[in-house]
Amino acid sequence: MPMNKPVSADQNPQPSAAVAAQIDALVARYPNPASALMPSIWAIMDELGFVSPAGVDLLTQKLEVTRARVQEVLTFYTMFRSEPQAQYVLQVCHNISCHIMGARTLIAHLEKRLGIRLGETTPDGKFALEGVECLGACGMGPCLQLGKHLYEHLTCDRVDELLESLRRGEVPRADTERELEA
Amino acid sequence: MKEYNILTSRFGRSDGHKLAVYEQEGGYQALRRVLGQGDPAAVRETVKEAGLRGRGGAGFPTGVKWGFVPQGAEEVYFFVNADESEPGTFKDRLLLDYDPHQTLEGTIISCFAVQAKLAFIYIRGEFGWLIDRVQAAVDEAYAAGYLGKNILGSGFDLEVIVHKGAGAYICGEETGLINSVEGRKGQPSIKPPFPAVAGFLGKPTIVNNVESVASVPWIINNGPQAYRAVGTEKSPGTKLFSVSGPVKKPGVYEIPLGLPFREFFNDWLGGMVEGEQLKAVIVGGSSVPVLPAAEVMNVNLDYESLQQAGTMLGSGGMIVIPESCDMVELIQVLMHFYYDESCGQCTPCREGTGWLHRIVKKLRRGEGTAEDLDLLAYVCNGMAGLTICPLADAAVMPMRSFLGKFRPEFEALIRETAVAGPQTRWPRGEQE
Repeated sequence: MPMNKPVSADQNPQPSAAVAAQIDALVARYPNPASALMPSIWAIMDELGFVSPAGVDLLTQKLEVTRARVQEVLTFYTMFRSEPQAQYVLQVCHNISCHIMGARTLIAHLEKRLGIRLGETTPDGKFALEGVECLGACGMGPCLQLGKHLYEHLTCDRVDELLESLRRGEVPRADTERELEA
Repeated sequence: MKEYNILTSRFGRSDGHKLAVYEQEGGYQALRRVLGQGDPAAVRETVKEAGLRGRGGAGFPTGVKWGFVPQGAEEVYFFVNADESEPGTFKDRLLLDYDPHQTLEGTIISCFAVQAKLAFIYIRGEFGWLIDRVQAAVDEAYAAGYLGKNILGSGFDLEVIVHKGAGAYICGEETGLINSVEGRKGQPSIKPPFPAVAGFLGKPTIVNNVESVASVPWIINNGPQAYRAVGTEKSPGTKLFSVSGPVKKPGVYEIPLGLPFREFFNDWLGGMVEGEQLKAVIVGGSSVPVLPAAEVMNVNLDYESLQQAGTMLGSGGMIVIPESCDMVELIQVLMHFYYDESCGQCTPCREGTGWLHRIVKKLRRGEGTAEDLDLLAYVCNGMAGLTICPLADAAVMPMRSFLGKFRPEFEALIRETAVAGPQTRWPRGEQE
């Protein structure tokens, strides 16, 4: 888990009523309340970007599970986060296929451009750089995940273009979005 | 080079994911036939006769697995394992992306075969965009009456939930996956009891890989004999291989089982890109033993031949390694992965993967000695076969084979660094 500098003054936002209703619907859909834990965490993650202590409280109430159970699930899965995240979390695959195709060069390049090391967040809270395990895009490596999309066949030039766009607040069309429209 | 499209007929198309297109091309006819006949045992028998083997990695016959559900069980669950996380594997992603209805139809038929009323499609969390696509297909299927109550007037009910994972390799193991959906850490359970007897919430549960499930409609439509006409006697049908590394044409290929690697490599993949030479291949995902170029050139791509060659077909995640790659560097990448992904439950795996990773790092830092190579072998012996699930074996197989087949590279590194001294070997940001 990377160390993230707080980006929001509010460290403990309350999930909205809409999210609470979403969790109720999940509990009704799943065979028992506890089995709705992962999708309920996702519902909070999708709104807040992380699961706040207030979010944990909501989960224990709605799903009839202990705080310990929520915490163990939150900490077991790498995509679940308990702290506010950077605006753009750049997750570069550093597993074998992407490594063969040059992931380390890409990571070194990103470190230089962002002025941070792998696992760190820029002081302005805008970018975090993470190394992640296989993203399932091995034939399209090296690749990088941002939100729910992947950028594939990356080169240092393409990474520079991506960073420039993100600095302007524009998220460029990802390769997996293209795949959907292809 | 003949093309096969049992699974891939809609790959690369812009409209293949739509229900209307799928129906136009014969989609959901297999489901109609199966529900019309109303005989779950006959479906199980057909798939058993076809000889379809689980495509997630273990290769266990799918129809036989279905047969383990106790007769007359009231509550049965079905899981489609789309937690595709084995490094080198990206076939299920394309199956779901280009043709989600094929997998969905296979799911409904499979559920009918085992009389499951609730199915989960467990998709790894990193496939964010794919989850939307599969959910859209599920919504279409509900609207068209292929899911829900009394499907096509048959009296068979089925609900499907698309469940999003959250980044844990171990959830690809079937009991880990079941525990994950129960709202727990994805730690595997000891077998027996097997999930088919006592799985999700203690009820009979079948977990099948996406590719296995996607093969079912074709088998129903064309019959087991037609499926057996492709592939070999013990490995019938086609298999998806996802190929990565510096070959001319990486990607996902549907090949008849038994195809000689040499032919696949030269004719289908186009060989290596300019300037690279083949050094080794991991044929079935990062967890199977590596084969040096000279050995891999003589194997056929089916379960039995690969086993004879000392490796496994696994998930079909083929990683092509060029001469320019340092094998000690690559094994460090892999040992970091298994160390990172060990669920921590069994001591031999939790501690062993850490030991392997640290020893390899020590070699790469330039502080290794010849004894370290013996220590690697010793740690492997303390892990293999001694844990609840195969993750420890999955780390040991590449470690042993890299050490066995490329020992001179390990020894050369130790010799060179003994003279040159410690040094940083990655550009920066060394993995810890």
